[in-house]
Amino acid sequence: MTQFLTQKRLKKTALKILKFLLMVAITFLGLLLITFLIGRVVPIDPVLAVVGDKASHEVYERARIAMGLNLPLWQQFLIYLSSVLRGDFGTSVLTAKPVFEDILRVFPATMELAFLATLFGIFVGIPLGVISAVKRGGFLDHVSRVVGLLGYSLPIFWLALLALMIFYAKLDLLPGPGRVDVFYDGIVTPVTGFMLIDSILAGEWEIFWNALYHLIMPATLLGYFSMAYISRMTRSFMIEQLRQEYILTARVKGVAEWKVIWGHAFGNCAIPLITVVALSFGALLEGSVLTETIFAWPGLGLYLTNSLLNADMNAVLGSTIVVGSIFLGINIFSDILYKVFDPRAR
Amino acid sequence: MIQQDQLLQVTNLNIIFPSPKGDVHAVKDISFSLGKEKIGLVGESGSGKSVTGRAILRLLPPYAKVSAEEISFKGQDLLSFSEKELRCIRGKEISMVMQDPKYSLNPVRTVGQQISEAYIVHSKVSKSVAREQTLKMLTAVRIRNPEQVYKLYPHEVSGGMGQRIMIAMMLIPEPSLLIADEPTSALDVTVQLQVLAILDDLVTQRGMGLIFISHDLELVASFCDRVIIMYGGRIMEVINAADLHNSTHPYTRGLLNCLPRIEGRNERLSTLVRDDAWLDADFWHSNDSDGIII
Amino acid sequence: MNKLMADQQTIYNHAKEWLLTDTPASAFQAAAGRAYLGLLEFLKNRLAVLGLLIIIALVFIALFAPYIAPFDPILTNLSQRLQPFSAEHIFGTDEVGRDIFSRVVWGSRLTLYIIGLVAIIAAPVGIIVGTVSGYFGGFVDTVLMRITDIFLAFPKLILALAFVAALGPGIENAIIAIAITSWPPYARIARGETITIRNSDFIRAIKLQGAGAIRIISRHVMPLCLSSLIVRVTLDMAGIIITAAGLGFLGLGAQPPSPEWGAMTSSGRAYILDHWWLITMPGMAIFVVSLAFNLLGDGLREVLDPKSDD
Repeated sequence: MTQFLTQKRLKKTALKILKFLLMVAITFLGLLLITFLIGRVVPIDPVLAVVGDKASHEVYERARIAMGLNLPLWQQFLIYLSSVLRGDFGTSVLTAKPVFEDILRVFPATMELAFLATLFGIFVGIPLGVISAVKRGGFLDHVSRVVGLLGYSLPIFWLALLALMIFYAKLDLLPGPGRVDVFYDGIVTPVTGFMLIDSILAGEWEIFWNALYHLIMPATLLGYFSMAYISRMTRSFMIEQLRQEYILTARVKGVAEWKVIWGHAFGNCAIPLITVVALSFGALLEGSVLTETIFAWPGLGLYLTNSLLNADMNAVLGSTIVVGSIFLGINIFSDILYKVFDPRAR
Repeated sequence: MIQQDQLLQVTNLNIIFPSPKGDVHAVKDISFSLGKEKIGLVGESGSGKSVTGRAILRLLPPYAKVSAEEISFKGQDLLSFSEKELRCIRGKEISMVMQDPKYSLNPVRTVGQQISEAYIVHSKVSKSVAREQTLKMLTAVRIRNPEQVYKLYPHEVSGGMGQRIMIAMMLIPEPSLLIADEPTSALDVTVQLQVLAILDDLVTQRGMGLIFISHDLELVASFCDRVIIMYGGRIMEVINAADLHNSTHPYTRGLLNCLPRIEGRNERLSTLVRDDAWLDADFWHSNDSDGIII
Repeated sequence: MNKLMADQQTIYNHAKEWLLTDTPASAFQAAAGRAYLGLLEFLKNRLAVLGLLIIIALVFIALFAPYIAPFDPILTNLSQRLQPFSAEHIFGTDEVGRDIFSRVVWGSRLTLYIIGLVAIIAAPVGIIVGTVSGYFGGFVDTVLMRITDIFLAFPKLILALAFVAALGPGIENAIIAIAITSWPPYARIARGETITIRNSDFIRAIKLQGAGAIRIISRHVMPLCLSSLIVRVTLDMAGIIITAAGLGFLGLGAQPPSPEWGAMTSSGRAYILDHWWLITMPGMAIFVVSLAFNLLGDGLREVLDPKSDD
């Protein structure tokens, strides 16, 4: 009997996983379809871009066929699909290198920034949110409300410029743009691409501290936005949970208030918060476009902006696919974590 | 009524909830006392019976205004207790079973963890001792496979089982008073009696006091020693359960007449008649009824 | 005189009583009573009222920009370049001598234009997709929600960037790009509301009377989705303003010399060290307006959609 039950359960789980994978696959295909279609609506004729506008009609036609542009749209999509899946996003006009290679090179810089910013968001945002929910209408609740409102209302590029102006130009407290000071540039050979890790691997502590110093301003700025979001969501989750009857049960039992809050109520918030943190991480990738532009941070955001300004479509679409896939991956990851941690979703 | 050693004394309890449309006086000047007995607190919804239970544990939300001449437990004045002192009373001395185990159990912790927590809070013991005690308690509430149930999450147990788990959790620190707030209302009729029987047995065995809050007059009458009937935040009548059917109070009579009877009187059921004059304190004093005896 | 005041007082009391009665005599009275309570609730939220006032001011400034702005927003005057605050140029002048105050005033028109058009495009698309998806369920729902999810799988700004890159920079293309990326959340909300409405008894009653799907959706489901959608769109306005300004900042939105606030911030970047007002003033305008929408949205949410609290 029990064996039968477990078998049935196994089957059900397997089906669930299959369905989940199918959904992911469809979403991913849709993502590629959109980038493909965006590539097609470009007013720039890709053939002309290759042969130049002085080419004869014959040369033009030959190039068109060579590029597969005479085929029906769905066949073009399949070709596009197979090349993207092989990691071939075409060649960047700007760097004359394969787009995929470019992205691999610049991506760690973005990750380093986004990772630190998320840490900031979690470790400041969650306690702030919990305390404002517990002491509703108290001082910290007002602080968190203001923090949240500013986070939702301030344009990040403007705040970044103001921060540079004040902390770098006027007060000279923090370093300016770049990942390290100019004279440290290029000393450490990239292994992981993460400046903090690479400098430790190379034993260059001076560079490590310098890189950390350079990270403070952009990471705090990005982290501020993530903190605003995380603290607001934490607050509303906590308020919702604190209203539940099991909280009363815990109090009836005589459980200490901090345990009621952090053990019982927060234990129930932690699960949806996984999704919130994942979403805020995704939003950081977005925010990094503007932040990296301002801080001359050689990451994916800066790469994307430069490509955009030079109409380098291969690079733009390649970066879009990468960011979209990471976004999708984060969502999948948080879904899985959700299912692991929530006993009701198992 | 023979009063054994007194557990609880409530004198002139008032509970007010401020609201934008004016204050709501949920409980007005109620007084009662309780020994090691089973006392039923009966009333319609909104009569103030649940908030009374929570006020005793001082667990109403902070915006509720609670005032009383006296709320004392075993001679200690609960009103003067600090939050920390109250925590030693809650669970350890006075416990409460709530209506629906679906909401009153923490959904992300196992049943076993939640029961042991109630034990560990009041007696500094190791986890394994608490676990042993929990399994014993689960057996006491007639759960046949405690080892297995220990590992279950609340959404994996039925309502009846959930309520037995609630009872186990609330009785494990061996309190001397249990407040049961509509403990069977959310359950199927078939398991209601089962849960009641368990509750009854345990309370009797351990010589505890019980405040049984319910809207079901018949159930309370069959189960409790005394019945307090509340209406509109006031006590209408306190009566021995055995004398309930001889009550002369118009409201009690009204409640009794609303109940359908199986033995063949097929007249129409009467609707409950409410008289606003009952809410007027002077009404009772001048009428000198047996309403307020304590 | 006193009698008149007393009369007014009685009329006022009667009106209040009529509005707040527990037993309204007509649907109109009930609706009026609800609106009155909602208004009271809204007016109690002073920040929300402040937000509303700022937005009204923004509309006013945009309408009367030619009368409010003392200078031409485009015409350059190199002899006056990089002037700090003065009585003549209260926000100073920019790198080609244009009055920043005048440019910020004219920029309000662009901001309103952007958010207005985005809302007009994205909200109907979202509500149609959501209600149709929720009402029919099954296959239609699966397909439409998959498409919605695909759009949600992109970070908004990145997708908007890709669209602008394809369509070419410019304010209209920026609007299209933002609208394309804005509708999916509205569809999600409308779908959720529709599913709860779909199973209610009054919809069954209408069905029994022979109403068709289009009629039910457009006459009965959509109006009920509106309040939560209005809240969401209002809150989104702040995000749209910031995204549009971001596109302008990157040089992909409104093109110079148009006085778009994001583009103004961008062109002021080069002068950040000594002429701080070039970036500060337009950025402040973006901030104040998006703050106003956030405040208003929060206030509306408390009145219209008290359950959600995120």
